[in-house]
Amino acid sequence: MAERRADLAAYRAVLASRARAQLTYRTSFAADVLANVGVGISELATVYVVFWRVDTLGGLDVWSACLVFALANLAFALADLLVGHVDELPRHVREGTLDAFLLRPLPLLGQLATSEVSLRRLGRAGVALAVLVVALPRAGVEPSAATLALLGGSVLGGTAVFCALFVAAGALQFWLLEGREAANSFTYGGANAAQHPASLYPGPLRWVFTYVVPASFVAYLPVLALTGRTGPAGLPSWLGWCTPLAAVPVWAAALLLWRAGVRRYTGAGS
Amino acid sequence: MSAPALEVQDLVREYVLRVRRGRFRRQRRVVRAVDGLSLRVERGESVGFIGANGAGKSTTVKLLTGILVPTSGTVRTCGLDPAPNRRDLARRIGVVFGQRSQLWWDLPLAESFRLLAAIHGLPGARWRARRDELADRLDMDAFLGTPVRQLSLGQRMRGEVAAALLHSPELLLLDEPTIGLDVLSSERLRRFLRSEREAHGTTLLLTTHDMGDVQRLCDRVLVVDSGRLAYDGDLPGLARRVGARRVLVVDLREPVPPLHVPGADLVAVEAEGLRQRLAFDPTATTAAEVLAGVSRLAEVRDLSVEEPDVADVVRQLYASARR
Repeated sequence: MAERRADLAAYRAVLASRARAQLTYRTSFAADVLANVGVGISELATVYVVFWRVDTLGGLDVWSACLVFALANLAFALADLLVGHVDELPRHVREGTLDAFLLRPLPLLGQLATSEVSLRRLGRAGVALAVLVVALPRAGVEPSAATLALLGGSVLGGTAVFCALFVAAGALQFWLLEGREAANSFTYGGANAAQHPASLYPGPLRWVFTYVVPASFVAYLPVLALTGRTGPAGLPSWLGWCTPLAAVPVWAAALLLWRAGVRRYTGAGS
Repeated sequence: MSAPALEVQDLVREYVLRVRRGRFRRQRRVVRAVDGLSLRVERGESVGFIGANGAGKSTTVKLLTGILVPTSGTVRTCGLDPAPNRRDLARRIGVVFGQRSQLWWDLPLAESFRLLAAIHGLPGARWRARRDELADRLDMDAFLGTPVRQLSLGQRMRGEVAAALLHSPELLLLDEPTIGLDVLSSERLRRFLRSEREAHGTTLLLTTHDMGDVQRLCDRVLVVDSGRLAYDGDLPGLARRVGARRVLVVDLREPVPPLHVPGADLVAVEAEGLRQRLAFDPTATTAAEVLAGVSRLAEVRDLSVEEPDVADVVRQLYASARR
């Protein structure tokens, strides 16, 4: 327990130092954040384009679709901020920093995750948060304790789901040392899947995005629960409350994959 | 506490290479980087670990520190099996890679030390005292506030060594610590390492290509060849074993015909006889005797003595082992 606390103090010291380093050059930091806001807005544009043609999509009106967009983007941006740099593993292998991490008395994944904190991702998170605030009343969501709990659980759970996907994608790079693109399809693919109503997908795909890669847990299912809608067959809306639970198996899988990857790197596995 | 600093028994480490054969076929080839290595280093020793490129030095260092896991055989570093006890071991050893950095590139040295202290969970008073001691003895006060990327190589290496020693490890492993350093910087670093060892009884193991490192720092030399131990003993013994010779280089006032001096062999005549090189066996004669012999034949303007190069010594040792 005392050791755990000492580890946390170490992570905190490194993270605070990384954050300070990013804020040293204010202009370039502001430009980075602004560019990231641009990314968020261009993602939002896809929702706008779709609803310019149709009034409802997959059973959702425009404001509910905005909620899906907002929850998915908020969770993804926060996960990207926290652990998005885990996919830089090949660089750490090349430059030998991974060996330096292995020579320090902290877990490897913890060190890698805290080796950077990409504050510029706050730009995209900010766009998502703004959309969330604007869309909530317009989608007819009543402010209540239950709503707040559902939102909080969804954002936390959704962030955890994407963090796990980032870790899994990072772990894959132990095998595909130049496979950042392949790993990206995992994370960005998951993000893309999460920001559209799962009802759009044909049956098998919908099943995959719910029970294998739990993308629909991040935003679509919570929005069903928030707006009191019933989803398509196989996706009851009470599942929207289960986002934090959905993160558990993905994390377990990601950690197993990570451990196997580290064993491959050190040559411990066969 | 009485466990030796390092104890290695029949250590083997293999790599699997996949070699392309044709468009789709890949052939699996197993390469042994370390092949049945056994060695023992007691606490407080200072050992030079030398060998040609690809002889298995770096792989061995990685096996000793737990970065890599042995294919077979056993390793005990400070009495611990490195890989399963990686985190415990990390608190007790320090490692310096000459060509890699463990400092934060964009932060001042002082900030890197602060973070490393947090990572090792060192109490404030203890690490500050240690930092001040290291900064003083490595003469780093002038550049503690400079971002690491702006430091010269010599300054950065001092920073790297201090970073590896901040948590006062029992064993310090250095992989090519003086590579690329100028004469003055490497001499300063060696002097510091000697004093660190005297002050704290730190065990040293360094891989190097520089005979100077071995001569000034190490009581004992281990030579690896193809992942096996080819020599274990002191440096004069190594030179005797391969019959390594020193070379006296003389610059003469006037060009003279090739010099023939008793006890020495002429190995080269340059600049039409103005500079001549004479090799001699240091166990049979001395530089002074050879010089006296030269002086009887020609007027010497300048001179230098070249030490046997580690690479040469190793090559000769390898050659004699294969004969």
